[in-house]
Amino acid sequence: MTTEHDLWRSLLADMIRIRVFEERCAELYGESKIRGFLHLYIGEEAIASGVMSCLEPTDAVLATYREHGHALLRGVSAESIMCEMFGKATGCSGGRGGSMHLFDRATRFFGGNAIVGGHLPVAVGLGLADQMLGRSGAVTVCFFGEGAVAEGEFHEAMNLASLWNVPVLFCCENNRYAMGTSLRSSESQIDLALKAASYAIPAWSVDGMDVAEVHRATTKALASIRADGGPMFIEFQTYRFRAHSMFDPDLYRDPAEVEHWKQRDPIVTFGERLLRDGIVTDDDIEQMWSSARDETESAVVAADAAPLEPVDTLLDHVVRDMPEPDAGGAKPDDHGNDDGNDHGNDDDDEVWP
Amino acid sequence: MSTDRLAGDTSTDMAVMTYREAMREAIREALATDDRVFVMGEDVADYGGTYAVTKGLYEEFGRDRVRNTPLSESGFVGAGIGAALGGLRPIVEIMTVNFSLLALDQLVNTAATLLHMSGGQFNVPLVVRTTTGAGRQLAAQHSHSLEGWFAHVPGLKVVAPATPEDARWMLPTALADPNPVIIFEHATLYNDRGPVDPRLGPVDLERAAVRRTGTDVTVIASAGMVSKALAAADILAASEVSAEVIDLRSLRPLDFDTLAASVARTNRALVVDEGWRTGGLNAEIAAGLTERCFWSLDAPVARLASAEVPIPYAKHLETAAIPQVDDIVAAALDLVGGR
Repeated sequence: MTTEHDLWRSLLADMIRIRVFEERCAELYGESKIRGFLHLYIGEEAIASGVMSCLEPTDAVLATYREHGHALLRGVSAESIMCEMFGKATGCSGGRGGSMHLFDRATRFFGGNAIVGGHLPVAVGLGLADQMLGRSGAVTVCFFGEGAVAEGEFHEAMNLASLWNVPVLFCCENNRYAMGTSLRSSESQIDLALKAASYAIPAWSVDGMDVAEVHRATTKALASIRADGGPMFIEFQTYRFRAHSMFDPDLYRDPAEVEHWKQRDPIVTFGERLLRDGIVTDDDIEQMWSSARDETESAVVAADAAPLEPVDTLLDHVVRDMPEPDAGGAKPDDHGNDDGNDHGNDDDDEVWP
Repeated sequence: MSTDRLAGDTSTDMAVMTYREAMREAIREALATDDRVFVMGEDVADYGGTYAVTKGLYEEFGRDRVRNTPLSESGFVGAGIGAALGGLRPIVEIMTVNFSLLALDQLVNTAATLLHMSGGQFNVPLVVRTTTGAGRQLAAQHSHSLEGWFAHVPGLKVVAPATPEDARWMLPTALADPNPVIIFEHATLYNDRGPVDPRLGPVDLERAAVRRTGTDVTVIASAGMVSKALAAADILAASEVSAEVIDLRSLRPLDFDTLAASVARTNRALVVDEGWRTGGLNAEIAAGLTERCFWSLDAPVARLASAEVPIPYAKHLETAAIPQVDDIVAAALDLVGGR
C-alpha cells in the first residue's frame, strides 16, 4: 500500500462525498427544505476532488454558484453547508447566502459567486495581495464555467493576471452549456485554452472526468505557480448529468448526449479502475458510500434542528462598524467582530486576512 | 476622529492649498505611513492622473504602489476588491463617474454584498475615488452626477468632499473604514483653494456640516453645489434673507439629524442637487425631511436639480442644464416669499 494508493482512494471517497451530499440536496429541494436556486455538480465531481486535494491551507479558493462540492472538499463542514441551504443561523454564511453563496473564512473559501465571471477579477486581486505582501508560494484558485469566457470580466482578468504575473490558477470547468446555451452556439472560438494563451498565460485542456488526470494537471500547475508566481489556466472538459438548476426542464440537450457522458461517470470509471488495479475492494467502496451517507444524514439532522437567525439581526453585516480609534495601534484593525456574530475564525488574521 | 472642525473654523496654523493638492497630500501620507496602501487606476503613474491628483507619486513610491491599469474598469475594481480581501488597502481611481458604470457589477454585486452574503465574514476595505459633475464642457459621457445611484446601495459608503480640508482629511478615515467607501470628487473643484488644518487628522465621514448659519431657509447641497449655495447665501443676505448652508459630505448614510435640526429652526428647506430630479438623491432628502419635519415646515421642501437631459457640450446649454447661483437665489426667495 503506497501513499499514491492512499491518494487514489481518498480522491474516490471525495467524489462520493459530493455525489451523496448533492443527491440528498435534490431530494431536500423536492421536500422544500432547500429553496432558491440549487445548481448540482453531479457528473463534475472529479474536478473539485482533483484540484482540492492539491491545495494548502494558505491558498485561497473562489468558486461559482455550483460550489457545494468545492466547499465540502475545502473543509467547510457538510453540516454548515446544509444549514446554510436550509437558511439556518448555523449555516456557513449565517443564512444570508444559501446554496449559491457559501463562504468560509477559516478555510479561505471566498464563495459562492453568482455573477458569471464577476469573481475572476477578485481572484486577480487576491493574488496581487499575496504577491505584494510577500506571501510566497500562496496560490489563489478560481473556478468558473465555460460560460464565463464570454464575459468581458474574463478577458479583463486574464489580461491583468498575466500583466501583473499574479499567482492564480484559473480552473475552467467546461461542462459545455451555459445554462441552456451550448459553447458551440455562443463562442466563435471554442478552444478555451487558446483564449487564455492569447494573454500569454500557460494554458491547456485536460479530461475533467478523470480525477487522476485532474490531480496530475493541477499538481503540475501549482508547482509552477508556487515557484514562479505567474498565473496558469486549465480547462477541464466535463459534463453535468443534471439540469442547470432545479428550475431547468433540460430541453436543450439530446438525451443520447447526456447518456453518452453518463457512461463516463467519474466515480464509476475511477472506482472500476481502482478495483481492477487492486487498490480498493468492493467493501472499501461500499464503505465510502456508507460513510458519505452518514456524513450527509448527520448534516440533514443538524440542519433540521438548527435555529433560524432571529429577524432582529436582519440588518447585521450590511456595513461593519468602524474600529475603535485606538484599537490596533497606528494601523486600523478591520478584523474585529462587527456584532459578535462572526462565523469566521480570526486566528490566522496576523498573516492571512 | 475630529468632528469639531466641521463648521469651518479657520483659526490657527492653517495651510492654504488647492483641492487637488489636498487630495494628493492625503494619498501621499497614506502611501508613506501604511505599506498596505497602494493606488491603482488608468494613467495614475507616468501621466499623473487625468486630473493630476497623483502627479509625482509614482516617482516617489514606485510602479507597484502607484500602479497603472489597462482600460478595464471592472477588472481593476474587482482586483481592488480582491486585494482588499487579501489584506491590502487599495485606493482605486476611476477616471470619471461615467466610467464607473463599467465597474458597476463589481461595486454593487460584489463590494457591497460580500460582507452580508458571507454572514459577516468577508469585509471589503476598498476606497474608490472618482470624479463627478459638469462644468467643463465635457458633454454627456464625462459630466454626469451619478453619485445618487451609489448612495442607493446598502453596503457602500458614499462621500463627496466639497472643500480642500475634506479632500485632505476624508481619505484617512475612508482607508480606516472596514467597508467599501466611494469618494466623489467634483471636477470643477480641483483648482479651488482653501484653508486646510495640517494637524486636523481623520474626519468623521457620516456627518453633514453647517457651512454657513442662517435662520430663514436651509439650503442643502453637496460637492460642486456647496460653493454655489454659499455664493447664493451671500446674495440672499443682501435681500435680508438669512440662508443656512449645509454640506452633506456623506451621501450614504445621510445625516438627517443635522438636516432636520436645521430645518426645525429655519422651517424651510431647499435641496440643491447636480443629479437629476427623477428618482434622485434630492427626492430622498426631500421625502426624509418631510417625514421628519412636517409639522415645523412653513412651505413644502423645495428641490433644484439638473434639467432632465444628458449634459450638453455648448457652454450656455451646459450652464442652463445644472443649478446655478441665480437659480438657488430665486428658489430660496420663492420659498421664503410667503413669510
